[in-house]
Amino acid sequence: MSRIALRSIAIGYLAALLVVPVGMVFYRAFEKGFATAWDAVTTPPAQHAFYLTCMIALVAVPANALFGVTTAWVLARHDFRGRRVLDVLIDLPFAVSPVIVGLALVLVWGRDGWFGMTGVIFSAPGMILATIFISLPFVVREVLPVLEEEGTDQEEAASTLGARGWQTFWRITLPTIRWGLTYGVVLSTARAIGEFGAVAVVSGKISGRTETLTLFVEDRFQSLDLTGAYAAGVVLALLGVSVLTLMTLLQRRHQRSR
Amino acid sequence: MAIEARNITKRFGDYVALDDVTISVPDGSLTALLGPSGSGKSTLLRVIAGLEAPDAGDVRIGREDVTAKPARSRGVGFVFQHYAAFKHMTVADNVAFGLAVRKRPKAERKAKVSELLELVGLSHLGERYPPQLSGGQRQRMALARALAVEPQVLLLDEPFGALDARVREELRRWLRRLHDDVHVTTIFVTHDQEEAMEISEQIVVVNEGRIEQSASPGEIYDKPASRFVMSFVGPVTKVAGTLVRPHDIQILTEAHEATQEAVVTRLWWLGFEVRVELLPAEGEALYAQLSRTEADALALSEGQIVHVRVDPTRGPQREPATP
Repeated sequence: MSRIALRSIAIGYLAALLVVPVGMVFYRAFEKGFATAWDAVTTPPAQHAFYLTCMIALVAVPANALFGVTTAWVLARHDFRGRRVLDVLIDLPFAVSPVIVGLALVLVWGRDGWFGMTGVIFSAPGMILATIFISLPFVVREVLPVLEEEGTDQEEAASTLGARGWQTFWRITLPTIRWGLTYGVVLSTARAIGEFGAVAVVSGKISGRTETLTLFVEDRFQSLDLTGAYAAGVVLALLGVSVLTLMTLLQRRHQRSR
Repeated sequence: MAIEARNITKRFGDYVALDDVTISVPDGSLTALLGPSGSGKSTLLRVIAGLEAPDAGDVRIGREDVTAKPARSRGVGFVFQHYAAFKHMTVADNVAFGLAVRKRPKAERKAKVSELLELVGLSHLGERYPPQLSGGQRQRMALARALAVEPQVLLLDEPFGALDARVREELRRWLRRLHDDVHVTTIFVTHDQEEAMEISEQIVVVNEGRIEQSASPGEIYDKPASRFVMSFVGPVTKVAGTLVRPHDIQILTEAHEATQEAVVTRLWWLGFEVRVELLPAEGEALYAQLSRTEADALALSEGQIVHVRVDPTRGPQREPATP
């Protein structure tokens, strides 16, 4: 009895907070027919927003993967002054509100900022910087525990067998962390696609030029083009769901390979 | 190749792991580094392998000073306590690793791998992955992997430490036979004196970052250089404040020269060995080891009064004069 009650509470909670709202987005998007929705997400600004979101993710995620693996390796394999500080610093993007991140970037890179130059803020480079900042911790946080758990035995064994540093990395370290790295990349991708606050501040929200999908949704909503907003929302939701599905499939494969 | 480590000092922060240690291992020998945990024996092995850089001192393999060389160019085969198996590779690929990073031709790799898997008795498991092997099999794979690159010296860090007692004993004998066949200079680290006695030709006893004694197993046992060595390499008991081996205690039914009276407080019948706990009229309790035959001849029983002394013919095995 109590088990059924607990189950109902859990399911009811998820339904009220997740399933119903997302379902409503889908319903409202296709309310006036598929053709209308399709037209709304194939306008030039919509297409550009889609392209920009993908482009930003394609730059930001590999950058984070590279930086994340390097940082995790430094933290796991080296002891130095300030190691703890670096370890805490990695989580800063989780702690600081994205809007603040956006403002900080404007202060540093804006025309009157420290590195003041044009072409960063209110354009793609600034948006990429903001996205990298926001999704920076994921790869480090997924890879670091794997490196710590596996220890140095395998790497040391490789070196006594004649492997150079790079050979050890490609043949031993990378295969060892591959699942952690994969999860980190998937999570970074999801975060990069869905980012709103920081990107909103640095982009200037110029329709057809600096609008990502999330900004496009907001723009359509403000202009009372509800079909456009919901239809673009569906595109975003589908991107997110496919990332999630990919993650689940990978997890299943990982468990089987253990 | 002979191995020499001279005046090695290694610190980890304030902790001195090795304090001016010198050892010399003859070409083709099998040497044990024996000591309690934390004695520095593993650190010494890692310094020889190049996995740890000493703060002072130098390492020679053959005639060459290798102190400044990285581990990969020292020509050492290293075996880890927890196998360090490459989990994402098959057993065959694990063994082939050293040849693969040297870009040796495929045919050569294949031939070498099958030769080594044969040697360690894992030919039928080449396509398996390490998690599918037992501990003993994994360690044999690790040995084959280390031998594949034809190392000048083989270094084993507590190679059987993670295995259960029976597999351990089996692998010990197997290692001994392997060494007789392959003849590569071998150093292995252990905290088990029986293991060291059973398979090595030379034992180096390490304690608190220093060498206590370096000699053959027989000499270590019969002529320990210090109190520590004496109590570490075999059983000891105290007679009138002096350490002696319990099997050197004589039990007599009548008083003799230099005997003292004692009462038998407990008897253990341990198969071939009989252990006798005794309480002398003066001084602390002690224990003696007798063979079954000796015990039967004395017809010992608990509560019996006997006369004990250290067997006068076994003088040299007593506690050394130096502490």
